Amino acid sequence: MHVKKLGLLVLLGLILLVAAACGNNNGTDNTNAEEPANNAGAENEAGADEAETEAEENNTADEAENNTNEEASGDREELEIFSWWTGAGEEAGLLALIDAFEEEHPDVEVVNAAVAGGAGTNAQAVLASRMQGNDPPGTFQIHGGAALNTGWVAADRMEPVTDIYEEEEWMDKFPEDLIDLVTTDGEIYSVPMNIHRSNVTFYNTAIFEEHGLEAPSTFDEFYEVADQLQEAGVVPLALGDRESWTSLHLFETVMLGSLGADGYNDLWTGDLAFDSPEFEEALDHFDRMLEYINEDHAARNWQDAAQMVAEGDAAMNIMGDWAAGYFATDLGLEPNTDFGWAPTPNTEGLFMVVTDNFGLPQGVDNPETVKDFLRFIGTTEAQDTFNPLKGSIPARVDADPDAYNEYGQSTIEDFQEADSLTPSLAHNSAAPAGFVSQADQAVNIFVSSRNKEQLIQSLQQAQDDNIE
Amino acid sequence: MQNKKFLSDRWLAILFILPSIIVIAVFVYVFISWTGYVSFSNWNTLTPDLSFAGLQNYMFLFNDYRFQSGMRNTLFFTIFFIFGVLFMGFILATFIDSNIKQEWFFRNVFLFPMALSFVVTGVVWQWLLNPSTGVNLLFGMLGFENVPNWYTSTHIAFSFPLGSIEFGIPVAMLAVVIAAVWQMTGFSLAMYLAGLRGIPDEVKEAARMDGASEFQIYRKVIFPMLMPITISVVIIMGHMSLKIFDLIYAMTGSGANFVTDVPGVYMFETTFRANFFANGAAIAMIMLALVAVIMVPYLISARKGES
Repeated sequence: MHVKKLGLLVLLGLILLVAAACGNNNGTDNTNAEEPANNAGAENEAGADEAETEAEENNTADEAENNTNEEASGDREELEIFSWWTGAGEEAGLLALIDAFEEEHPDVEVVNAAVAGGAGTNAQAVLASRMQGNDPPGTFQIHGGAALNTGWVAADRMEPVTDIYEEEEWMDKFPEDLIDLVTTDGEIYSVPMNIHRSNVTFYNTAIFEEHGLEAPSTFDEFYEVADQLQEAGVVPLALGDRESWTSLHLFETVMLGSLGADGYNDLWTGDLAFDSPEFEEALDHFDRMLEYINEDHAARNWQDAAQMVAEGDAAMNIMGDWAAGYFATDLGLEPNTDFGWAPTPNTEGLFMVVTDNFGLPQGVDNPETVKDFLRFIGTTEAQDTFNPLKGSIPARVDADPDAYNEYGQSTIEDFQEADSLTPSLAHNSAAPAGFVSQADQAVNIFVSSRNKEQLIQSLQQAQDDNIE
Repeated sequence: MQNKKFLSDRWLAILFILPSIIVIAVFVYVFISWTGYVSFSNWNTLTPDLSFAGLQNYMFLFNDYRFQSGMRNTLFFTIFFIFGVLFMGFILATFIDSNIKQEWFFRNVFLFPMALSFVVTGVVWQWLLNPSTGVNLLFGMLGFENVPNWYTSTHIAFSFPLGSIEFGIPVAMLAVVIAAVWQMTGFSLAMYLAGLRGIPDEVKEAARMDGASEFQIYRKVIFPMLMPITISVVIIMGHMSLKIFDLIYAMTGSGANFVTDVPGVYMFETTFRANFFANGAAIAMIMLALVAVIMVPYLISARKGES
């Protein structure tokens, strides 16, 4: 009898738990949408998890309480910022940005909902399920270009923010090419936070000096330099394609150099086919450049490859300029003294752009607060707070170059003087995600097989399937 | 009176089971059905599009270089992994069972890797088997010249063209097998140790009295008596290796030329990087079918055994 009573009590407790979790979800706090699933799952598990579940419950209860308190007094509104900025410099930049915003808007409480890992893939997985479950974060990080336009804008889940640009008179504060990247059918859908340049050759200055070399600016010069280095027993080009986007990254810079900005852009509109002679020439260059890479490329990620250059095990590395941040911040190297840089072969005056943007999803609780945040990140103050820490450059043309290190200043100059800005393929700005993923796979196979015909065929197939 | 008590007990039992039945029904079976439904749809963008696509997603996969590579890798990974775990587990269990001193010490040493997660194992072995930083440095110091490339090797041993890939044993996968065996040997060790302890000494004595050699005792007495344990280990390791994701994701990724890719990693990347949700769902369904091929006969035979 006694035992039975106890059993009923436990059962009652469980039912209450579920009810409480569900009830919470129906309330104002949408960020906890995953809670019922968690709790329900935990019930099936052994006692070890019980404490954890309880703790979680308490948290939820506390949060719910806080919310009601805040709302009752009309105190602070929540704004959730979703990103994959969890690395050292970028996280520091994000936190500084949030502090500055909260200072300006004391009535808003920012929730930093960053998801780590997978170069953003993990974050994208979480974002996709939240968007599809009609529980969008206040605003989220997304690369300008195809990722935005053929992604959430095409899915009709974003609100245009053209009015912000008009109110704040931003139309001439950001480069025209950049605004075009985030525009669909005449409406602007996001605000650029930063710019990374992806067509950069980094090199070890000591090695170049020792062999009396200069940074190559054309493909022929590159081969000449690389041949000399190889003869001297130095690995000419470091590649770390454990995550295969790095070989696609190398390839996109080669395509840009070989085809020029117009030819490169024509690939993503279907005006230039992959089985064209022009593309074949670009592929020949890529094929030849792969002769100069390190043997253990498949075991390295991009940091490991950059490190080879830093430590003098390799002479050059073609990477986006987050590598400059890695050299300067993580490895403590001096720009221009320890490492040098130049545009990748044949891309002088061209600027391959990776730009992090924030926009306004449809169906958020507090669109005005989100817009306040978007207004804020478009200011020079916000851009100069975030970017020096992240190691990127501001997207605005009138930002203060003094806030940046030597590398940043030279890139800001290149950015402002660039003949054209082209969107990066490897970073989802040039083509729809489906094409990028198939190109990524095809290039990964090519690096080992070196079968040009097969690569052309796969890319042509991917173009036919994914690009109208 | 007796009957009433029985009835209320029964109701109470049902009440207790009910929450977990509901939760499992929704979060397992409804979700599996939903995934199955999606796998027959056209949902290959961010916008859900549930129109019927027939077998298109499955056809795409079976013609796909990456998926074919993943299936090949899973097949050989499973074979070598299960064989390795059984072999090492049995050797170590026999060793511990041979009345050595400090038995507890060895037992714990061998069981300990099981306490780690596959992610930790993956990261550790990624460095150990890295051709330029790992055990190869040791081999180099000892004067070996042709050191293996481990998981960076793109060589496919005994290969012949099949479909769009070279079918054969992906050498890089063997590095992953080493890590997986290192981690899971403790499990088969524990199972076999319990099995060996469960064989009465009288049986072995009787065999010896009949003049059987030690080898014959193993072959005719011990192996047959350990058969149920071997089957259990094969089933449990088999369903694990068919679904492997974390070890590969942490240790090698999909590898150069997809020599260490597995369907689990492909599913994750195609769904969340390429937004090919229907393709991802189709991979999930194929993996489910593969595991079912092992699990269903086992469950059926286990049920027959019960009744």
